[in-house]
Amino acid sequence: MKLFRAHVLICGGAGCISSGCHAVKEEFIRELQAKGLHDEIQLIETGCVGSCDLGPIVIIYPEGVFYQHVTPEDVREIVSEHLLKGRYVKRKMYRHPSSGEPVVTSREMDFFRHQTRIALRNLGLIDPERIEEYIARDGYFALGKVLNEMTPEEVIREIKDSGLRGRGGAGFPTGLKWELTREAGGARGEKYVVCNADEGDPGAFMDRSILEGDPHSIIEAMAIAAYAIGAGQGYIYVRAEYPLAVARMKQAITKAREYGLLGKNIMGTGFSFDLEIRVGAGAFVCGEETALIASIEGKRGEPRMKPPFPATAGLWGKPTLINNVETYANIPVVILKGAQWFSRIGTEKSKGTKVFAIAGNINNTGLVEVPMGTTLRKIIFDLGGGIPNGKRFKAAQTGGPSGGCLTEKDLDTPVDYESLKAAGSMMGSGGLIVMDEDTCMVDVARFFLEFTQDESCGKCVPCRIGTKHMLEILTRITEGKGEEGDLETLEELAEVITSSSLCGLGQSASNPVLSTLRNFRDEYEAHIREKRCPAGVCTALKRYEIISDLCKGCGLCARVCPVQAISGVLKEPYLIDQETCSKCGLCLSKCPFKAIVMK
Amino acid sequence: MTASSCRASAHGCDGKYRKLEEILQEYKGVPGALIPVLHQAQLLFGYLPHDVQVRIAEELDLPLSEVYGVSSFYSFFSLKPRGKYTVSVCMGTACYVKGAPALLEKIRETLQIEDGETTEDGLFTLDTTRCVGACGLAPVLTIGDDVYGRLTPEKVPEILERYRQ
Repeated sequence: MKLFRAHVLICGGAGCISSGCHAVKEEFIRELQAKGLHDEIQLIETGCVGSCDLGPIVIIYPEGVFYQHVTPEDVREIVSEHLLKGRYVKRKMYRHPSSGEPVVTSREMDFFRHQTRIALRNLGLIDPERIEEYIARDGYFALGKVLNEMTPEEVIREIKDSGLRGRGGAGFPTGLKWELTREAGGARGEKYVVCNADEGDPGAFMDRSILEGDPHSIIEAMAIAAYAIGAGQGYIYVRAEYPLAVARMKQAITKAREYGLLGKNIMGTGFSFDLEIRVGAGAFVCGEETALIASIEGKRGEPRMKPPFPATAGLWGKPTLINNVETYANIPVVILKGAQWFSRIGTEKSKGTKVFAIAGNINNTGLVEVPMGTTLRKIIFDLGGGIPNGKRFKAAQTGGPSGGCLTEKDLDTPVDYESLKAAGSMMGSGGLIVMDEDTCMVDVARFFLEFTQDESCGKCVPCRIGTKHMLEILTRITEGKGEEGDLETLEELAEVITSSSLCGLGQSASNPVLSTLRNFRDEYEAHIREKRCPAGVCTALKRYEIISDLCKGCGLCARVCPVQAISGVLKEPYLIDQETCSKCGLCLSKCPFKAIVMK
Repeated sequence: MTASSCRASAHGCDGKYRKLEEILQEYKGVPGALIPVLHQAQLLFGYLPHDVQVRIAEELDLPLSEVYGVSSFYSFFSLKPRGKYTVSVCMGTACYVKGAPALLEKIRETLQIEDGETTEDGLFTLDTTRCVGACGLAPVLTIGDDVYGRLTPEKVPEILERYRQ
C-alpha cells in the first residue's frame, strides 16, 4: 500500500461546494504537481465537516490543522509554508472568538469540542466514493458480525436494548418496529426494507449530509435490517432536490455489489439482499410513510389511514420496515459497540445522540451531533456561538412545519423527545432555526402555514380547507386587517384540524401557530389592535415618519419617492402621507440628515 | 414549440422520441415504474408534453388519467415548457428568516416575471423551492445545478447576467 506523509482533506459538503471548494481542490492538484508533492501528499474530498459557515474548509493531517475560508489564492501559501516547510499558515486558521488566538485543530473549537459523533462518525474524515476508506473505519464489520455470529432475533434484541428511537421525528422505538415487521406475515413471506431519505423539513440537512458523506453506512445498516426482519429487497427514497446524494448513493451501491456486500450470497453466508434508489418528485407529504410507499409504487403521494401500519401492510401490501437515514446511520455502531455502550449515552427515555442542523440568526451554522439531554443553551450559545450582531435571542424553532418555537424559558431544558413535546414543540428531524429579536413571530407562523397549506395533498378536508382558512386569517393579521376574535377562531380551527386530519402533516400543521400564540400572544395582539408589527417585519404595518426637528427641508425624499407620498415646502419640514406611502423605504435610505424613521 | 410540431420537424426531436421508446422498454413490467419514467422523460423533453404522457400511459399499461394525475401531483414535473435555466429561490425557514423574500422580489423585478413564469426569451423560469439543505449559507438560490449562497438582493442582477452570456 502506498504511504503518504500528509493528507489534505477538503470538505465537499453542499455548503462548501457552493462556497467554491472545487476551485480550491483544482488549485491543490496543480500546486502539488508543480511542487512534485503528489506522490507524498494525498488529497481527499470528504463529506460535510459540519461547520458550513467556515467553508471552504481544508484540514491537513497528521496534525489535523483546520483552515477556514480557503480560496484558490491561498493554496500556494498553504502548500509552500505548511506542506513544504512545516509552518502553519496562521492567517487562515480559525481564531478563538474571545481571545482572537489562532486555534490549531477542530478539537479545540467549541463547535466540535462538545460533540459526540455516532451518526456523523465518518463525515469529513473519509472519501465517500472510496469503499476502502469506509471499511478501514470498521465499515461492514457490523454486517459481518450479524451474518456470521447472530440470529435475527439477537439482532432485534440488541437494537431494542439499545433504546434507539426513530430519528425522523416521531421517536418510535426502532427495535420494536423491527420486531413487528419480522413477526408480520411469517418469517418467510415477501418483505421490504425502506430508507426514508425524503428529508423535507426546511432547515434540516443531516440526512443529506450522511447520504453524501457516508453512503455505505446506510447500505450496511439496511442490509442488517433486512437480515433481521427477513427481507430480500430494499429501497432508498431520496428527494429530487438532492442530486449529489442520489449520485453518491448510486456509486456506493455499485461498489458494494462489486465487493459482494450487496446482492446474492453476501459474504458467502447465503444471505441475499439488494437495493434500489427511488427519487422523489418534490412533494413534502411523501415524508409521511404511507405517502412514501404510494410514491414508490408510482402513485400520487397521498397518505392513507393507519392501521394497518406499514409493518404489516406496506409496499405492495407486504410487511415493510421504514426507517430514517439518521436512524440507520446509528445501527452499525450499536451492533459493534453493543446496546449497553449505546444506552449509556443520552437521557432515561431518549438514548444516544441527536444530530441538529443549526441555522438562522446564529454565529456558527452547520451540523452538530450531541448527546440527548444537552440543553438548548449549550447548543445555541456554546456550539453555535450565540447570536450575531449583538442581537438578543428570541426563539428557536424545532421540528420544522410540524414543530414549535422554544423561548428563553426553555433554554435550560435538556433536549430529548419528551422535553421538547412538553415545551410545546417536537424533536422532528432535528432542524434548529435560531431567531433573533428582529423576527416577527406572526410572520413566522404565517410562513409555516403557507408551507403546509401548499404541501397539503388535498385528500382530507380538514387539512385542505382548514389550513387554507387559517392562512387567510394569518395573512390578514400581518397585513394590518386583523379583527377581534381572530385569535379565538385560529385556536378553534387548530383544534379541529389537529383532531380530524388523516396524517401527520395535517395533525401537526397548527403547531407553529399554537406555539407562537402561547409564547408571543402580545405580538399577535399588537398586530390586531394597534396595527403595529413590534419586530418591524410586516411591510404593510411599517410606518415611515419624518422627524420635523431633524428635517432641513432639502426635498430629496420627495424627489425619490416613487409614489409622490411626500410633500412640503423647501427649507420647511416635509410630511409623509401615510395613505399613499408604499413603504418602500427609499426615502429613509436617501435622507442625508437621518430625519426619517421607520416605526 | 409543441411536442407535435417537434415530432414533425427535422431538428433531432425524432431522436428524443426514439430515446423515449428505449426508456419505456427498459421499464416495462418494472413495478412502480411510472415516476422514474416521468423523471427521465422530463430530462429528455424539458417538460412532459401531452403526447409523451399518452405514450407512457400506453406502454406502461396505465390509464392516461393516472399518468396525468401523477404528473400534476408532484411539483418537480412540469406540464409546460420551461426556460433554459430554472432560477429557484429557497424558501426554507433559514433562508426565509435571513431575507429570501427580498431576494425573490429582486429577481421578479429584474426578470419581470412572477413565480412559475418563464421570461419571453425562454432563458429563465422563476420558481420558489423548499429547503435545498444549504441552510448554513442562507439565503440561497439555485440556477440549474449551481448553488449561490450568502446572497443579498444587490448581488442578484450580476449573477443572472452570467447566464445571459
